[in-house]
Amino acid sequence: MSAGDLRDHYDVVVVGAGPAGLAAATACARAGVSSVLFDEQASPGGQIYRSITDTPVKNESLLGPDYWEGGRLVAAFVKSGARYVPGATVWSLTPEREIGVSIGGGSRLLSAGRVILATGALERPFPIPGWTLPGVMTAGAGQVLLKSAGLVPRGPTILAGSGPLLWLLAAQYLRAGAKVDALLDSTPAGNRAAALPHLPSFLFSPYFAKGLSLLRSVKRGVRVIDHVTELRAVGDAKMQAVSYRRDDGAEVTLLAASLLLHQGVVPNVNLAMSVGIEHRWDEHQLCWNPVLDAFGRTSVEGIAIAGDGAGIAGAQVAEQRGVLAAIQAIRALAADTTTPDEAAAHSVLRKYTRGRFFLDLLYRPAKQFRQPQGSTIVCRCEEITAQQINDTVALGCPGPNQMKSFLRCGMGPCQGRLCGLTVTELIAEARGVSPQDVGYYRLRPPVKPITVAELAALPKTEAAVKAVVRI
Amino acid sequence: MFQRLLESQGAMVRVTIDGQPYEARDGDTVAAALLAAGFDHCRTTPVSGAARSPYCMMGVCFDCLVTIDGTGNRQGCLIRVRDGMRITMQRGKRELGQ
Repeated sequence: MSAGDLRDHYDVVVVGAGPAGLAAATACARAGVSSVLFDEQASPGGQIYRSITDTPVKNESLLGPDYWEGGRLVAAFVKSGARYVPGATVWSLTPEREIGVSIGGGSRLLSAGRVILATGALERPFPIPGWTLPGVMTAGAGQVLLKSAGLVPRGPTILAGSGPLLWLLAAQYLRAGAKVDALLDSTPAGNRAAALPHLPSFLFSPYFAKGLSLLRSVKRGVRVIDHVTELRAVGDAKMQAVSYRRDDGAEVTLLAASLLLHQGVVPNVNLAMSVGIEHRWDEHQLCWNPVLDAFGRTSVEGIAIAGDGAGIAGAQVAEQRGVLAAIQAIRALAADTTTPDEAAAHSVLRKYTRGRFFLDLLYRPAKQFRQPQGSTIVCRCEEITAQQINDTVALGCPGPNQMKSFLRCGMGPCQGRLCGLTVTELIAEARGVSPQDVGYYRLRPPVKPITVAELAALPKTEAAVKAVVRI
Repeated sequence: MFQRLLESQGAMVRVTIDGQPYEARDGDTVAAALLAAGFDHCRTTPVSGAARSPYCMMGVCFDCLVTIDGTGNRQGCLIRVRDGMRITMQRGKRELGQ
């Protein structure tokens, strides 16, 4: 498949082949609307079902039944005949729904009647001292290496942070026979009290029994150290140890070859924000969530968001949000076509939304791990520290976009994905205003890097050429 | 830093890393192949020259940038190894004309 094989127009373009994108594309194909699913990865599944069709991990119990659920989704997707383009990076989207996509080193532009963005989530930045050292990676990265390559850490391994994924990875490593030397739990002690009023809905949610058995199985095989309030990776050219502190206790140092960090996931906003979709700061989830209606419709006509990019709620909710976004798109394009059962989608969505708020409050990451101080690097690409950001605010810099002019913060290759939330929160804290008032980086296409040759090879109108060529 | 589970061994392809021959599991991404081959870093930064290794493995952090078959700044975690692939590490700033 090359970029040239695509049509100039599709009724529906879906971006991202995780649960939301797969469900949306399947529904569109079944309804007979012309659609295409673009995905950056080489095989479908997104991150939650990463490598579901080609994982080298053969023992099914190792990754667990929730992972293999993804097989059902992909099977339905394949059977639907939906057009699927792997290895395709969508690098631009306009409000008129013109899409720039790069496939195998070649780019092209095409248009869509409706766009469903299912670009999912990324792990919340975890800016601690030493987090840029080789040997430190995210728990999600560790899990991707396990699912996609059957790789597990070698040497002393420490998992640190907060949230369900950290525990799931520990359980998967134990089942794989890999040793986890310690799990440093940074969940703030006060979170339990905040979450407690929402415990009843959690007890009746599908997450309760699974969560309990996960915690128990990990605690049987791993030394769990709770109430960790300080954390740093220590080393010169690479990490050699992890130091931590509990409350006001003495600092403890553990030798480590791998440190896997995690403190929850947040929507991946880059493509959605670049087209001008309105987002609001969520005080509970501490991230930007798009403003959506029940079908995932955004502030930009014809563009919907489904999945965790619509607000973190997990794989089951993501799938139903994909179905609902597809229902709305199909109705708008071909009113007389049969669509999936809307009531059934809402019912599953309700079931899996229950208990989420409890989890949000219980695993709300601690302030000191979201708002670092001193010489801790915030912007990994440009190597900008928390101190530099605070000093620049003190000079009068009011927001992340002005910060770029002072420090180049957020202007490296990751385009703010790994520092944006931290920078917004640091500025808000220093100015004593809310992150909503501070805002976020202004994101512009291309939202992923493409070569100049790809841009140059795009079709150009005569007027556009005349505008820049001097004879 | 990483090792392969016994059950996950598979067919190998031949690649070069900085000109040296290596075997990589067919299906692995370039970033996974570098970690599996025992590299403790995959580039040094243009800003300070600090060593970096893959951090997110899902296409968002750009710490796994490498030169692949002559094209610079490719995301190693998004591209699978191919037989004959030439992988080159990026060290520090790029000089003009390179």
